[in-house]
Amino acid sequence: MSTVVAFKPPVAVAITEEPEPVPVKTAEPTPAVPPPADVPYVTPVGERVRDFAKAVIPPLFGLGLLVGIWALVAMKASGIPGPGPTWAAAVKLFSDPFYSNGPNDQGIGWNVLSSLKRVGIGFGFAAAVGIPLGFLLGRFSFMSRMLDPIISLLRPVSPLAWLPIGLLILKKADPAATWTIFICSIWPMILNTAEGVRRVPQDYLNVARVLGLPESKIITRILFPAVLPYMLTGIRLSIGTAWLVIVAAEMLTGGVGIGFWVWDEWNNLKVEHIVIAIFVIGLVGLILEQTLLLIAKRFSYESR
Amino acid sequence: MNKPLVKIERVGQSFETKKGRFVALRDIDLAIREGEVISLIGHSGCGKSTLLNLIAGLTEPTTGVLLCDGREIAGPGPDRAVVFQNHSLLPWMTCFENVMLGVEQVFGRKERKSKLAARVEAALAMVHMDHAMHKYPHEVSGGMKQRVGIARAFAMEPKILLMDEPFGALDALTRASLQDELLGVMEKTGATTVIVTHDVDEAVLLSDRIVMMTNGPAATIGEILSIDLERPRDRLGLAHDAKFVEYRGAVLDFLYRKQLKKAA
Repeated sequence: MSTVVAFKPPVAVAITEEPEPVPVKTAEPTPAVPPPADVPYVTPVGERVRDFAKAVIPPLFGLGLLVGIWALVAMKASGIPGPGPTWAAAVKLFSDPFYSNGPNDQGIGWNVLSSLKRVGIGFGFAAAVGIPLGFLLGRFSFMSRMLDPIISLLRPVSPLAWLPIGLLILKKADPAATWTIFICSIWPMILNTAEGVRRVPQDYLNVARVLGLPESKIITRILFPAVLPYMLTGIRLSIGTAWLVIVAAEMLTGGVGIGFWVWDEWNNLKVEHIVIAIFVIGLVGLILEQTLLLIAKRFSYESR
Repeated sequence: MNKPLVKIERVGQSFETKKGRFVALRDIDLAIREGEVISLIGHSGCGKSTLLNLIAGLTEPTTGVLLCDGREIAGPGPDRAVVFQNHSLLPWMTCFENVMLGVEQVFGRKERKSKLAARVEAALAMVHMDHAMHKYPHEVSGGMKQRVGIARAFAMEPKILLMDEPFGALDALTRASLQDELLGVMEKTGATTVIVTHDVDEAVLLSDRIVMMTNGPAATIGEILSIDLERPRDRLGLAHDAKFVEYRGAVLDFLYRKQLKKAA
């Protein structure tokens, strides 16, 4: 980064600072010599302020627009709380997020955590089953020809359609919600892992053959690192869907969880809490996605 | 020269395609002696890489038999190290680890860790890559990657070294410096080597014999030219050497007069 900046001609300085008076006697053209590389070239303050402004102002503008439209809608439509009352409710809600008055009245923190727990468990099982299955599908064409039609058939089905099956088998509502997460997470995991295995360059496999690597080393030293980026893409897609689905699943199953909380607040007609929940769900989803992107970047060997 | 190390007898290779049988190679007979450097040269599509893959054991011949050290070649193995055209280093390992992967496989059972590391370091030093051995492949240039690929092959102390257009993807200057490097390493180690190339100068500079292949399909060996030039060889000294020029002319004559591809 710093080297790139170092070669920028110092024209940008002139934008914020008064330009140096140019000596009038310049008969010969001034040579456009960049500053020598060994002299540390400090980014001018003006440029940094501009970069910062570029990064911050448009998002703030967008946020302002959203709040503005929201306030307008709240004024026209009765029942929808405006930004002000919602903010007040949020302050009250987040002042004590971890209270517990029995199973049906718990703080928003507990609700988010129990939803995350369900997602974590369902997702963990999906990874444990889906990733090895993906490896098999990618490595053996018989397996992929056998299972591809089944996966194609089941993948478009909303995971909520599986909820009754989960209730029937698991008898309880809580594991049934986890079951829907398992179902919706497993498809991207299988498909991306299999795709990753199929895309391992033939060159790498030839290297393995020439070196005479045993199958165990082929898996740990060649296949696994080569497939990892694809696997992480699968995981990222899965967790995104899982976080979408858990809200709906919890609305149906009840118990403690952000989805049920939304429904409960609807029954209590605390609409400002529903709005708060929307923001909270969005924020958690964003954090999950960004965390996984960060992990994926760490393990992608091109950008390291 | 010494006894034959690799024997190729009546080898042919054909592939089944949708349009029917495609004969890539036919009637290949060749004996490669120990310590010999052989170039396979020909126009693209003449099956020279196919022949190299057969020696490597990556593919099996349709007819005929290939022997290495008296035993039939039934599959790839570390006694026949391959330098691939596109270096084929594993991007998640450092240069050191890439070379170590092969060294471990060949010597891991008999030698201690420190000895293995010394082998890797020696191989990388030989191609002048010891300064960058803990870098990842994407952090070094194309020429440097290919050096590491060569080091990986040499470090395994193979019976024969197979190079598939090793410098084909490099620019002319880098290619020349790597050829010089390879020349030095080959003279130091006396390794038996087969190089697939389409570069006439490279073939004459490096080889003891140049195997010239006819055009495919159904390619075979057209002529074999023995290069009788003193070693160590020196690029600049040879540039105006009468024998070098004559050999060069002979290969060019084969490629561009006898085997000129008809314009499609």
